[in-house]
Amino acid sequence: MKTDPSGVLTGQHYLDGDHACGEGAMAAGCRFVAGYPITPSTEVVERISRRFPMMGGTFIQMEDEMASMAAIIGASWTGTKSMTVTSGPGFSLMMENIGLAAMMETPCVVVNVQRGGPSTGLPTMVGQSDMMQARWGSHGDYEIIALSPQSPQEAFDLMIDAFNLSEMYRVPVMFMTDECVGHMTEKVVIPKAEDIEIVPRKLTEKPPDKFWPYVTDKSMIPEFARAGDGYRFHTTGLTHNERGYPVMSAECQQECVTRLVDKIRHNAEDIIRFEEEDIDGADVVLVTYGITARVARRGIDIARRKGIKVGVIRLIVVWPFPERHIRELAPKIKAFVVPEINYGQIVLEVERCAAGQTRAVLVPHMGGSVHNPADIADAILEAAK
Amino acid sequence: MSKTAEQTPTEEMEHPVSPYLRMDRIPHIWCPTCGIGTVVRCYADALEHTGVDLDKLVIVSGIGCTGRVAGYMKLDAFHTTHGRAIPFATGLKLGRSELLVTVFSGDGDLVGIGGNHFIHAARRNIDMLVILVNNFIYGMTGGQNAPTTPTTARTSTMPFGNFERPFNLPHLAESCGATYVARWTSLHVRRLTKSFREAIDRKGFRFVEVISPCATLYARLNKLGTGFNLMRFYHDNAVIDHNADTRDLDINFQDKIICGKFVDKERPTYSEMMHEHYRKTLGDKFVPTPEEGGMIRDTEEKPVSKGKKPAKSRKSKASVSKSGKK
Repeated sequence: MKTDPSGVLTGQHYLDGDHACGEGAMAAGCRFVAGYPITPSTEVVERISRRFPMMGGTFIQMEDEMASMAAIIGASWTGTKSMTVTSGPGFSLMMENIGLAAMMETPCVVVNVQRGGPSTGLPTMVGQSDMMQARWGSHGDYEIIALSPQSPQEAFDLMIDAFNLSEMYRVPVMFMTDECVGHMTEKVVIPKAEDIEIVPRKLTEKPPDKFWPYVTDKSMIPEFARAGDGYRFHTTGLTHNERGYPVMSAECQQECVTRLVDKIRHNAEDIIRFEEEDIDGADVVLVTYGITARVARRGIDIARRKGIKVGVIRLIVVWPFPERHIRELAPKIKAFVVPEINYGQIVLEVERCAAGQTRAVLVPHMGGSVHNPADIADAILEAAK
Repeated sequence: MSKTAEQTPTEEMEHPVSPYLRMDRIPHIWCPTCGIGTVVRCYADALEHTGVDLDKLVIVSGIGCTGRVAGYMKLDAFHTTHGRAIPFATGLKLGRSELLVTVFSGDGDLVGIGGNHFIHAARRNIDMLVILVNNFIYGMTGGQNAPTTPTTARTSTMPFGNFERPFNLPHLAESCGATYVARWTSLHVRRLTKSFREAIDRKGFRFVEVISPCATLYARLNKLGTGFNLMRFYHDNAVIDHNADTRDLDINFQDKIICGKFVDKERPTYSEMMHEHYRKTLGDKFVPTPEEGGMIRDTEEKPVSKGKKPAKSRKSKASVSKSGKK
């Protein structure tokens, strides 16, 4: 369906990534945001809190990030598209209820404007070191979807995808941007509302006496009933059966967790998104995401001028990971080079998918700034030998 | 999924409040002589007498013995994470303001791990009824010390007696801004039911504390006898004083328990304050979240380009998978 025009600021703007992210959420139909202030993410909710009263949205500044995450899950069960926004330390606090959102299969979006860590780390400076936490941060087995924008324009565009994916698969979607994209100001073009497709909440059409909240078909995505529509359903963070009733057994755990994971894994090919460039005949392929994808451009140019054939895979959806693609490409190239603002996270996934067929070379950078492009160029040259 | 949880409904004798309960989940998990079931019964009775629209009533619990209450009520019911029932309920209420929200949980959940949420929801005057069953102990995990354990009482983690000072919950709630504050024991079924009825009809952050026996852990660890002995103790030691100053409501070990309705006042709720403020500052530009929620509806019924699997195919198959296995 087309989005609600009241949230769409159509036109050309000069926005930073945080504001663009907020605009993207509003354009996607988000009408409930709960958050707690944290640098460098706060501008997102500042933007939203200024605009929400004019479009029927509710923003509440909660007492902490655990409460923020709990509140957006509650609001999502009223059918309202919901989001929270944070950075590293707050992301850690949200893990508890990200698990609940995964278990209850609650559509919602969690924005993490990444900064340097661990702990309080570098509050005002860039990092990309929460990528594994986004995937595995809450306890137990579950799958989520994570996107990573490289520019304010993408912060807007991908927000709409993030909300749509959360509705389609009934999962929390992690929006893994970073301080650099968040605070970078560029042109952002916001389309007309009639050009923005959004996925509405898929409400069940069954009568209440025929409805169980976790009955699924081959899609593995259950139908949704809102709180207050007379369904009188039960949902829980405990391992549950199709009725949403707790069942403490190995059999129910097997079915419940398998489906939570497989609904993403089996649909991974539909969810995965990346851009690629000059892959055919490449000696070295860069696998990159977020702000580092842009910094790497300079490194790639340097290496190409020295005669290296460099291909690029830029991850847009980071989780689920393009496993098959990396595996098939691996025997054809000398090495993957993975620059990231951490001490090796996505590189581990590239290495796993390459499965020994070729090397995966990390270009680490601990954060506080983006990479020096020369380091990326050197890594490419070294890997091409 | 597994069907092992399903019980054979025992419908030979209909319980008076069975329409409010998920009878397919009975028997419940609570121990013999636990007071939680009594509190649930009083709540269900109150629902019957207030005549609220049950389709609009949601119940939210956290974790613990009382955290299981949501699972037995035939309402839209959410069994959430430990301590987070109140913020979860906040999202429900702000997302769809026509909902009537009850948070039903225990002392460890609501004022131990969830204490910060409790005081902030009271401060903001979020429109919800909070029922706190206080058994002085962490029951589900085996009798550990709680923020409500009376000083000197023994718990599994204070084996030589508790040396901490417990919360005085009515005072905490009142000082944070609750609009309705009452305390009863699970022996006071009529008064408790009346309090629930009143509280359901009020607005704002309403708080009812119910002192309830835990025979399995609290009584055993403190050699207080059985649940019956605890009820006898409530009978002999509960003092009803509606005019008591909430500052004087500390509960000492095996000492008198002051009960009553201590606060019943009006104060604008969070949503009322927000709406009034935005109307004043933004005038006609202000668009409140619709009462039925901020969900954006599809008005023109066009195929969704993003959705690879159209909703239609899903629906036709769902009924098949329900009757058999997937």
